[in-house]
Amino acid sequence: MASDNLLSSLLAGDTDPAAISGHSDHPPRMGFFTDTSVCIGCKACEVACKEWNHIPEDGLNFTGMSYDNTVGLGADTWRHVAFIEQRKPIAGQIAGVQHQDAGAPAIDEASGDLRWLMASDVCKHCTHAACLDVCPTGALFRTEFGTVVVQEDVCNGCGYCIPACPYGVIDQRQDDGRAWKCTLCYDRLQVGMEPACAKACPTDSIQFGPLDELRERAAARVASLHEAGVTDARLYGHDPNDGVGGDGAFFLLLDEPEVYGLPPDPVVTTRDLPSMWKHVGAAALTLAVGVAAAFAGGRRS
Amino acid sequence: MPSLGTSFGRGGATTFQQELQNSDCIIIEGSNMAECHPVGFQWVMEAKARGATLIHVDPRYTRTSALADIHVPLRAGSDIAFLGGLINYVFEHDKYFHDYVVAYTNAPAILREEFRDTEDLDGLFSGFDPDQRKYDFHSWQYEGTEVQAASGQRDQAYEDQPGGGGGGADGRHLTARGESTGSGGSRIGGGEPERDETLQHPRCVFQVVKRHYARYTPQLVEDVCGVPQELFLKVCETLTANSTRDRTSAFVYAVGWTQHTVGVQYIRAAAVLQLLLGNMGRPGGGIMALRGHASIQGSTDIPTLFNLLPGYIPMPHAHKDENLDTFIAGESTEKGYWGNMRDYMVSLMKAYWGAAATPENDFCFDYLPRLTGSHSTYETVQEQIDGKCKGYFLLGENPAVGSANNKMQRLGMANLDWLVVRDFSLIESATWWKDGPEIETGELRTEDIGTEVFFFPAAAHTEKNGSFTNTQRMLQWHHMAIEPKGDARSELWFMYHLGRIIREKLAGSTDEMDRPILDLTWDYPVEGSIAEPSAEAVLAEINGWDAEGQPLASYEQLNADGSTACGCWIYCGVYADGVNQAARRKPASEQNWIANEWGWAWPANRRVLYNRASADPDGKPWSERKALVWWDDEKAMWAGHDIPDFAASKSPWHRPPAGAKAAEALSGVDPFVMQADGKGWLFVPVGLTDGPLPTHYEPQESPFTNPLYSQQRNPVRQVLPPRKHNRYHPSDDSPGADVYPFVTTTYRLTEHHTAGGMSRFVPYLAELQPEMFCEVSPELAALRGLEHGGWATVITARSAIEARVVVTERMTPLTVQGRTLHQVGLPYHWGGNGYARGDSANELAHLSLDPNVHIQEVKAFTCDIRPGRRPRGPDLVRLVEDYQRRAGITETTGTEV
Repeated sequence: MASDNLLSSLLAGDTDPAAISGHSDHPPRMGFFTDTSVCIGCKACEVACKEWNHIPEDGLNFTGMSYDNTVGLGADTWRHVAFIEQRKPIAGQIAGVQHQDAGAPAIDEASGDLRWLMASDVCKHCTHAACLDVCPTGALFRTEFGTVVVQEDVCNGCGYCIPACPYGVIDQRQDDGRAWKCTLCYDRLQVGMEPACAKACPTDSIQFGPLDELRERAAARVASLHEAGVTDARLYGHDPNDGVGGDGAFFLLLDEPEVYGLPPDPVVTTRDLPSMWKHVGAAALTLAVGVAAAFAGGRRS
Repeated sequence: MPSLGTSFGRGGATTFQQELQNSDCIIIEGSNMAECHPVGFQWVMEAKARGATLIHVDPRYTRTSALADIHVPLRAGSDIAFLGGLINYVFEHDKYFHDYVVAYTNAPAILREEFRDTEDLDGLFSGFDPDQRKYDFHSWQYEGTEVQAASGQRDQAYEDQPGGGGGGADGRHLTARGESTGSGGSRIGGGEPERDETLQHPRCVFQVVKRHYARYTPQLVEDVCGVPQELFLKVCETLTANSTRDRTSAFVYAVGWTQHTVGVQYIRAAAVLQLLLGNMGRPGGGIMALRGHASIQGSTDIPTLFNLLPGYIPMPHAHKDENLDTFIAGESTEKGYWGNMRDYMVSLMKAYWGAAATPENDFCFDYLPRLTGSHSTYETVQEQIDGKCKGYFLLGENPAVGSANNKMQRLGMANLDWLVVRDFSLIESATWWKDGPEIETGELRTEDIGTEVFFFPAAAHTEKNGSFTNTQRMLQWHHMAIEPKGDARSELWFMYHLGRIIREKLAGSTDEMDRPILDLTWDYPVEGSIAEPSAEAVLAEINGWDAEGQPLASYEQLNADGSTACGCWIYCGVYADGVNQAARRKPASEQNWIANEWGWAWPANRRVLYNRASADPDGKPWSERKALVWWDDEKAMWAGHDIPDFAASKSPWHRPPAGAKAAEALSGVDPFVMQADGKGWLFVPVGLTDGPLPTHYEPQESPFTNPLYSQQRNPVRQVLPPRKHNRYHPSDDSPGADVYPFVTTTYRLTEHHTAGGMSRFVPYLAELQPEMFCEVSPELAALRGLEHGGWATVITARSAIEARVVVTERMTPLTVQGRTLHQVGLPYHWGGNGYARGDSANELAHLSLDPNVHIQEVKAFTCDIRPGRRPRGPDLVRLVEDYQRRAGITETTGTEV
């Protein structure tokens, strides 16, 4: 069962995805650490991404969702800034507002609480990327930087990758049917440049670098926020032992992932494939035995 | 920026954005820095990461507030009460920096007996003339000095001048000269002011200022601003705890302070506070003025303003028989660097007219145009409506959206002979004649409009060479990456070739009137296929050269004998050694945080102004933690991290000999080197039109009564002569005021740029904020039946606009004078053209202006709001008129002193 062991190692635990994909002597795995606690919601990442990657604009939609008129990641939005207005305090911060709840003229403590969370979302570049696993054409591939990229000239628009993504990131473009998502600016990485969004981010909310370094930096940042009393701060997607083997693009959040529209416990959708194939294999064998038995029986009769 | 100019000597931001990282406390007020200056905001975040406290004082909870430690919502238009409360707290709790205040400010100076404060005269200072609606500022002067002209309105006292000539031109009306303090403070006369270094004399500035603010208590702040006392005291404690020998605090402001009828005084209030706390000239201190465009600082340095010549030299007025001598005598100072004005002025005229400018002809002084009054943008619009101004150039300006009272703007343009619009796109100011709001309402008909409109496509900054002077006085060069496409051209190309063609048409003329144009040095080399003039040649001329044509290195080299030419004295040195210093890009990693080798900043590449004040009178840093520049005894020189903003070898113990003039008259303890007395001014004895001290007045339109004085508004604010389309609302408890019960404030969003010419036409930006919206609290939404995501109509006596409704808890009701106040937020980016379209917030604004700088009051005026879309066609006009009738508005409403 050597092949079965290989499959398991591909689909669980911390691995070197570039090496497994056949890149020998490759550069360190690169990724994003998006620290949402310093995001100012300027959307420079959204615009820089679209400019650099020639992504079409995707409609003038006034949503009323705070300052978010982009709604979410999609074929034509590879960076998306979420805006969340909440009646919650950030430790040590004073919002100053005073609201009278309808029918309750007395101002309670919560009526003075307010925080406005902003967070720039992006493709997670999973260690175990289901989109890549299911791609029949090889359009999706693992780069030497450990990132996951769609080759637009190979993609045939089959769409298998779309339901495979546990985060709902990859998406088909309406007019050409092909699948599109963040490339982590593969073309820029190849010439030693950082991705456009990280370059444009004025407050270093989006940090780009070798994943190992980013994980260390993120751990230190969480610790310092905790020390400052911001106990809400937590990392998301940093853990190599999570359902996707850890993300190449991970986050510091100030609330539960669901608040930001992120799945709380993502699992690579192809995780169960080996056991599924085992079951399929067993079923096929049973079927074959049954058929053979039937034929044998037939001859007998 | 006469506020900073009269207080400190120069009108520029006193610090730079990177320096904010060294602040221990940053108060952002009148600015939404995270949204409008997101790149600079990284240094605020850096300060926060280093432990600084960030306070945001703003009517709205914005993206800046979201990152702040403390957000203080206050009533729009009440900032002087808030800042005055802070000043009072500093006095009451002895939190001022005593040694700094005595040595470096005019606190010890004694005022004349005639001076009367607003506390004495119920809201007026002495010298007020109710008929003329202006102040005679003579009684604001120091004891012991002669009265000479104020910088802000120097010309008002021209006849008083030693060489003033007398006999003003007939019919001349006075021009506020506020901006002329941009680089150089106001002048005072000869003689030394009397001083009391114990600060005890009842008429010394310290005591006068203390008394002036004594009634600005936490209770008053709560009553006026709607800020609970507890929250206010939290700000007081945080600011003062971080303003000591060892700690510094910075203020950051933008047009949220300037765009008021008393806007200059808002900034003055911060200046008073920062001087008292000893935060000026020190690392992490200062007042960071944020400008809203790439080169707004540049456009006052080398001005697009009517009343200034380059380097803040005032534009001459139309006086009888005025010549260069009398002009200089009337405008320069005895002490400080303005004492050398003649050097700057002659060098400027040599740059303009070259060989034609000689000592015999006063260096062509008579070629300069003369002012006959105020020609600010809003006066120009009135002159257009009245048929006096017949032609108009709009270069990167969209007044049909971006200027207050859009209708007045369009009616002015509709009465021109010709209009030239240069922009990237067909902005509203280029197409109002066929599709503007007045065409829809029937107030204008295309066939009746005689204006000939010329549209010229403009080149982008990537398509031309040139410099931007950014918000911190720093010039940064940008290089042409590609030639502009099609007919698009740079402003430099347009102006150069326009001048060239005019000169060709005038060639051979013997008319004296044409000499100023024919004698101009207009010989810039051109480059490339489109004959683009060399921007670097222009920069070299701005920098200046000596008689041999060698580039100058410093304005100290300028002469009044005609041997030097310099297009802008404060920029002298930007082309030192023939090298474009603005193009320097040495990385931060290869120099200290001051980064003197990145770009070039005026004056003389200094980044923190007045940094002599970072050291004590003996030249030692006030504390090691806050060291910036210091006196090096061994080398007998000033040394430090930044370039000292002080004569390099003038020791702290230097005292000028009697009779010394100009810069020679500054002592070793005069850090404010442009000031006529070398000191920071808590009290401005000359230079401002509306008073020596900031005083709380209500905005032109306010639902509240001024609780401090029976004087409701700034008595010398500029109110327009009656105009049908510029009616003002009743205020406070006057009948009809409740027809417009809410306060509105206009602002920008990160996603768009000002009047939208650069963003609404760009799909990537348009999709991020696709529609005009208004922001209201849930309480106001409930009160007026507004639905989130639905439509609302906002109405004033000028117009009515529609906007999508954003109901958000970021907008909070305030309790002011015991009543609930609701505020309406209105971003002002939209207009009828482009990809993202919507109504313009400036349709609603009135024209009542700050008397110093003629700026509109769009940060606080009153309105009504109701659900649903606005009426179309003539019904829109009827709605506005119906409101006016209900409020009983007449042509005199709101125009009282």
